[in-house]
Amino acid sequence: MLKLFGYLKKYRLEAVLAPLGKLLEAIFELIVPIVMKRIIDTGIHGADKPYIYKMGGLLLMLGVLGLASSLTAQYFAAKAAVGFGTELRSALFRHINTLSHSEIDRLGSTTLVTRMTVDINAAQQGVNMLLRLFLRAPFIVVGALIMALTVSVKLTLIFLVFTPVIWAVIWVITKRTVPMYGAIQKGLDRTSMIVGENISGVRVIRAFSRQSDERARFKQSTRRLQDRQLAAGREAAVMSPLTYVFVNIAVMLLIWFGGVNVNTGSMTQGDVIALVNYMTQILLSLIRLAELIQSLTKAQTSSERIREVFAIHTTLSDRGNKPVKAVKDSPAVEFRDVTFGYSDSERSALEGISFTAGRGETVGIIGGTGCGKSTLVNLIPRFYDATGGEVLVNGVNVKKYPFPQLRGAIGIVPQKAVLFKGTVRENMQWRKKDASDSEIERALETAQAADFVHEKPEGLRHMIEQDGRNLSGGQRQRLTIARALTGDPEILILDDSASALDLATDAALRRAIAEKTCGMTVFIVSQRVSSIRNADKIIVLDDGSIAGQGTHAELMKSCRVYREICRSQLTEEEVSRGE
Amino acid sequence: MNDTKSIIKRLLGSFRPYNMQLAAALLLAVLNVAATLYAPILTGQAIDLIVGKGKVDFKGLVPLLIVFAVTIVVVALSQYFMTLFLNKVTFSALRDLRDAAFDNLSRLPLSKIDSRQKGDIISRLISDVDQISDGLILGFAQLFTGIVTIIGTLVFMLTINVKIALIVVVLTPVSLFVARYISKNTFRFFQEQTSVRGDVTSFVEEMTGNQKTVKAFAHEDEAEEGFGRLNEELQRVSTRAIFFSSLTNPATRFVNGLVYAAVGVIGALSVIAGRFSVGQLSCFLTYANQYTKPFNEISGVITELTGAVACAKRVFELIDERAETDDSRSPNLKRVNGALTAENIFFSYDPKVPLIEDFSLNVRSGQRIAIVGPTGCGKTTFINLLMRFYEPDSGVITVSGTPAAEVTRNSLRRSFGMVLQETWLKTGTVRENIAYGKPDADISEIEAAAKAAHCDSFIRRLPQGYETVISDDTGALSAGQKQLLCIARIMLSLPPMLILDEATSSIDTRTELLIQEAFGKMMQGRTSFIIAHRLSTVRSADCIIVMNSGHIVEQGTHDELMAKQGAYAELYNSQFAQG
Repeated sequence: MLKLFGYLKKYRLEAVLAPLGKLLEAIFELIVPIVMKRIIDTGIHGADKPYIYKMGGLLLMLGVLGLASSLTAQYFAAKAAVGFGTELRSALFRHINTLSHSEIDRLGSTTLVTRMTVDINAAQQGVNMLLRLFLRAPFIVVGALIMALTVSVKLTLIFLVFTPVIWAVIWVITKRTVPMYGAIQKGLDRTSMIVGENISGVRVIRAFSRQSDERARFKQSTRRLQDRQLAAGREAAVMSPLTYVFVNIAVMLLIWFGGVNVNTGSMTQGDVIALVNYMTQILLSLIRLAELIQSLTKAQTSSERIREVFAIHTTLSDRGNKPVKAVKDSPAVEFRDVTFGYSDSERSALEGISFTAGRGETVGIIGGTGCGKSTLVNLIPRFYDATGGEVLVNGVNVKKYPFPQLRGAIGIVPQKAVLFKGTVRENMQWRKKDASDSEIERALETAQAADFVHEKPEGLRHMIEQDGRNLSGGQRQRLTIARALTGDPEILILDDSASALDLATDAALRRAIAEKTCGMTVFIVSQRVSSIRNADKIIVLDDGSIAGQGTHAELMKSCRVYREICRSQLTEEEVSRGE
Repeated sequence: MNDTKSIIKRLLGSFRPYNMQLAAALLLAVLNVAATLYAPILTGQAIDLIVGKGKVDFKGLVPLLIVFAVTIVVVALSQYFMTLFLNKVTFSALRDLRDAAFDNLSRLPLSKIDSRQKGDIISRLISDVDQISDGLILGFAQLFTGIVTIIGTLVFMLTINVKIALIVVVLTPVSLFVARYISKNTFRFFQEQTSVRGDVTSFVEEMTGNQKTVKAFAHEDEAEEGFGRLNEELQRVSTRAIFFSSLTNPATRFVNGLVYAAVGVIGALSVIAGRFSVGQLSCFLTYANQYTKPFNEISGVITELTGAVACAKRVFELIDERAETDDSRSPNLKRVNGALTAENIFFSYDPKVPLIEDFSLNVRSGQRIAIVGPTGCGKTTFINLLMRFYEPDSGVITVSGTPAAEVTRNSLRRSFGMVLQETWLKTGTVRENIAYGKPDADISEIEAAAKAAHCDSFIRRLPQGYETVISDDTGALSAGQKQLLCIARIMLSLPPMLILDEATSSIDTRTELLIQEAFGKMMQGRTSFIIAHRLSTVRSADCIIVMNSGHIVEQGTHDELMAKQGAYAELYNSQFAQG
């Protein structure tokens, strides 16, 4: 947690003023029992009414001062903590933006979202508590001890014995219960998982009539959860009574030995009352401290998780790259003996890949799942760096491009159709920020999306909800294709992006792309032979290497893998019809 | 309000099985409060015995301290056991609520489950129930002890000194009003914070959750800009919300200080006037310090109560949702020969949008029925009706001559084997998953089924083979492998009728071949309904049902339908349209 304190830098002053205010408040609070002692010893025993009024005024003033310093402290603490959270949040967002696909793969985007939200809020909360309470509680303990010392050196011994004992009780119980609460959380997670499974698997569960078994499974899980809750509760229930007992034993001793001292005249009645008061103050502070530590451990785990993300640095960057010029007469895309392996698997995902794609050509890429099709096209916009060989766009190695230039030239339609909250127009302007309506219309037309967009009363202003929830899978997919086409990219990559389309729409889409995108180099990744059969060039991937490249007719003759794929998908008649 | 009352009543009713423990807890609470309040009186009396030099009454002190010690023990024990009983009641009642809600969930008709979001149901069962425990049950306990404490303090104070008691009584509620005032005003700020925080979260979910798309379109800078704006807004509202909410403690502490000062001064004057003793003053000071606490707690409890009631309402809604009609008295479906008829079926999800109208079908034992049509045409509706996940609005489906509605759902569903494209596996071992439909199957049967479904070899390559724990979102299995496991699940029980959903593109060709082969094996001699994506399947079907936007548009064999030159012919031809 301390390691993230750098983000407090801009709020250094606030971060110092907040605990300072709290310290002042504590001092004022510690003076109160002494004033009360004076009222008793001097005011009452001397029957001095004006003195009592004076001291009453002093108590009032202490209250006002305490309030003032506490308000200042709260204000600065809120300011510093929220400032810290804000700085941290924007730094993390910026950092995540620099990460490349490999790091995102490794971390998982869900985790990143939790760290950006839940964890940062927890860390912010932690800083707030820390600034407000961390100095205050120990200070009151130490302060009360010192004040006790001024009252009676001998009786402070009782304090010195009991303070650590009470702290030990609190500490041991807190330590023991923390993991128990962790176990409860796990039990809750499991219970919640069972509910989730029963909803998503409801059809299967009922098809097999397993409802009563699932009910038994759920009951078992809630039973275990209850056992854990009761166990933790039993442990925690000891804390308050036990500390109460210790504090009051101390109070008894204070009264008894206080009595002894008062009898000999070395102490007054007011002294005894003051000491009892300090003992109570110490107990309250220690309990607060324990609560604080408990919530700080939570903030601590969150901070660790945030730091983990910061510790990961991008493995590919475009720093220092100047805009490049295309090499004349070079192919649009060229792979020269490219090898690629994801860092976590030892085996290469791609090996010895070489091919060229001329300007305006359509290249089909086909092969089974896990054969490296998506990986191959992901190397073109440099989402990953080839581990061996070279990937060239317009004759220049992709590593030499600044990202906006490289990725700006490419329109990519990923497998997962992702749309963002906003109007259709805003979504269409992702690739080209200033795309005009006519450009957008053209792209929608080609992507077979114009019809359903026009059907909406608001047309381009139609609001898309988060994740495109208000659209069907096929509609989402067509819009992502239109988005990639807006502003006519030089290279279009369709990564298995027709999977949610019915056959007729898929065919119309392919026809439109072939007609309206002349000059555009198009990559079509697909499992369906029908999607790529008419490509200028088909690359057949098998287990990470090229099993053949050429036209459909050529491959039917020369490539065994391709023939196998065709046979599995088309009837004999269809297979031969394409030749 | 009436609503709230009835919800609270019902919740209290859920304690009924634990009435004894609850009564014990309440009794102990009264004892605890009384003893806690008695302790300061004893301390005060003790202090009155320590007046000054040579004026300490040790003889009187000894029995006082003994009573004090007993009181401490009573406080500690009563608190400990009260907590234990309360925990027992709370966690048992929670478990009962969860079990009841889950029980009903597993009996709800599919329409009630499909129309809700999964997350919503989970949160009702998990976090809402937790909220009830925090807010209502513990709140209830706090409310109870709070009220007892207030009454007890009043009684004790009034019996000691009416005038000074009145000061405390009049002044203390001021802190309650201050606290209420602050929390009322901060509520608005908190709502504001919650709403902006929600915006930030959904923005992060979109951008960070889809980081790859952001990178593909070089959209990082825009994302940062948008995030910066939201983040600043969050900082503004958060600082305000956190600051204002943190005013409650200092403010109530200040009021407390005022009460303390007033009691101190007036008490001291009364002592001089001889109407009060120093010990009584010290006792009153303790009361003055403690008296605000229950007030603050009660005001906190009221806020939580409102939240808890809302949560309880949501949980009860789930418990009260009407379950499927009880069919336990219906006979089981016996001697299934595979014949199935549908007569004049009408069905719609929404009465305003008619869907299936006057649909009839006659399937002989062993026939293959292919269902085709574009995505979202209502093919799943057909399955829903066959499996009685939904009931037709009118018309009769008979299975082997028996009306489906007249037998138990479980026996009807068990006569079908269903493999959906959306695979579902439960968290558990591979073995448990395959044996899901036949939990008592022995390992050799399971292995035989796995072999028949071409799963055996990849299962053996898993780290623990058949004992490997998998779950639905497990990354260790590919989509195709998951589908094969689902097929193995059916292979084990092999019911007389099958419902199969052919995979589309997410599965590679080789696995696809294996799946088709497995399908073929299963279909031998069984009546099968196939949601077909492959025209080869369609052509070999005994009957083809062509669906479009929820309607059955055509029905017949391939040749019949081709001759019709209708929707089917169009669909069939589009497959061969050259793209």
